[in-house]
Amino acid sequence: MIAVRHLSKQFVVSRRKSGLKHAAQSLFHREREFVQALNDVSFTIPDGQVVGYIGPNGAGKSTTVKILSGILTPDSGECDINGRTPWKQRREHVAEIGVVFGQRSQLWWDVPVGDSFDLLRDIYRVPESRYRANVSELTERLQLESLLRTPTRQLSLGQRMRCEIAASLLHDPKVLFLDEPTIGLDAVSKLAVRDFIREINRDRGVTVILTTHDMQDIEALAQRILLIGKGRLLLDGTLEQLKQQYGRGSVTVSYNGGDVQVLSGLEIVQQEPGRLTVATDGTREDTARVIASLTGALSITDISVKGPDAEEMVVSLYREYQV
Amino acid sequence: MRKYVSFFRIRFINALQYRAAALAGMATQFFWGGMLLLMFAAFYRSAPENFPMGFQELSSYIWLQQAFLAMLNAWSFENDIFEAVSTGNIAYELCRPMGLYSQWFLKASANRMARAALRCVPVLVFASILPAPYGIILPPDAGTALLFVFSLFLALGVIVAFTMVIYIITFYTISPTGVRMAAVSAADLLSGSLLPLPFFPDGFRQAVELLPFASMQNVPLRVYSGDLSGQAAAWAIGLQLFWFAALLVLGMWMMRRALHRVVVQGG
Repeated sequence: MIAVRHLSKQFVVSRRKSGLKHAAQSLFHREREFVQALNDVSFTIPDGQVVGYIGPNGAGKSTTVKILSGILTPDSGECDINGRTPWKQRREHVAEIGVVFGQRSQLWWDVPVGDSFDLLRDIYRVPESRYRANVSELTERLQLESLLRTPTRQLSLGQRMRCEIAASLLHDPKVLFLDEPTIGLDAVSKLAVRDFIREINRDRGVTVILTTHDMQDIEALAQRILLIGKGRLLLDGTLEQLKQQYGRGSVTVSYNGGDVQVLSGLEIVQQEPGRLTVATDGTREDTARVIASLTGALSITDISVKGPDAEEMVVSLYREYQV
Repeated sequence: MRKYVSFFRIRFINALQYRAAALAGMATQFFWGGMLLLMFAAFYRSAPENFPMGFQELSSYIWLQQAFLAMLNAWSFENDIFEAVSTGNIAYELCRPMGLYSQWFLKASANRMARAALRCVPVLVFASILPAPYGIILPPDAGTALLFVFSLFLALGVIVAFTMVIYIITFYTISPTGVRMAAVSAADLLSGSLLPLPFFPDGFRQAVELLPFASMQNVPLRVYSGDLSGQAAAWAIGLQLFWFAALLVLGMWMMRRALHRVVVQGG
């Protein structure tokens, strides 16, 4: 169980204009700005849930993950993960969590992946039998056999990410933090990573907190979504709820006769000669209504229906909240 | 304990991989050691009585210095560590159930020992077959040899604890260049790495011998040949112990303070 209450964190950023003159000035006088990375964020996550933590760049996602994983100390607020405060009982806390930062590597660059795993075993004091069982299970699920003997530097990004995720699970963590685990991966690797995350959540009951910009990750994995923007928690709900509330669909038709003018009560998104796109609110009923009035007014040659799209939904959410 | 050993081992394995670097390093050390000796030989020929160390002792000092250069030099820092701070990779080191100080300390000392392990044997073998007084000779007795080994590891501890302070300063400065230059120049001169400390003028020398830098090379290299023995050696090794403890405490204290306000760079 993860309980976060009123978490706030500020960063100091020194800024200056570009150019030599301003660079010279900044030797003597620095302009400092405070950036409120997190502003009174509260939420609770029960055990075994997969939570998608989304928001635009700079919203405070990674900061939250770093606070929850005991790396950063917040300015104020409380956090309780399985009875511990991450930044106060760092060592005990981190022994029970796994972290993957998609843009960084936890594997030793020049030695084979297997050596890095062995080291993690000793650092986390994983009993030998448990370790062996975990390695063979992870190896099978993530297809790591040939990779374990390869130095990290010679792995492709997709291979490395699979190894990174395996590395974060060797010590049976109860909570797994994934900070953009699919960044830069190709379609096949993304699918493999998603499937795997779903499996370990299902089989081991690991709580997963996932930050990502990839809405397909969210659609495939997240049972619940937290939207954060400018350091504030804006929304908390399931993807379905969000779609109902904020999702929009559309119906596009090609036609060769009829009168567009007689259509009423429809929101036209795009109109070209012989082609028309009309917005729906994404529900089946509204889509049926729109199709009915379109077929009544026009002689249609082709029709396509689009449901609410997570990607577009998030864009409109960001726009609505001005983040 | 096991995790420390294991941590040490992976760094050791890592460092052993760079064979070409080890060969190049060794070649440089043969050359450098030889050059130094020829230079000193020229000075000794003109007026041997003006020199504070016997030529044989000096030869041992120089070859030992070359053999253990990778272990005791003041200029090699772990680029990993600077990188971890300035790129934010430190995030991973902070989510391990181990203190950051011990992780870095082990990393640095393992690396130094691994590099020295690869290089010291050929240099020592080569130096021991050189004709006297240009080669290295065995220490006067077994007790001295033991004392040398003890002092050598203390010196490693002092130097790693010293570099730790530099690493921690980069938490505040982001770029390591400035502090690093200052520290390296000071340590190079004051540790007896450019010139053995007995060659320094009186007064200045006594002051320098009290500094932590003297504990880095000066003490073990002079203990070996018996140049530093008896009470003087005990005093010098005591000072090494003191500096090791002091730098350790200082580094740990700085680390604790720094971690409270740590910022992970680069998102």
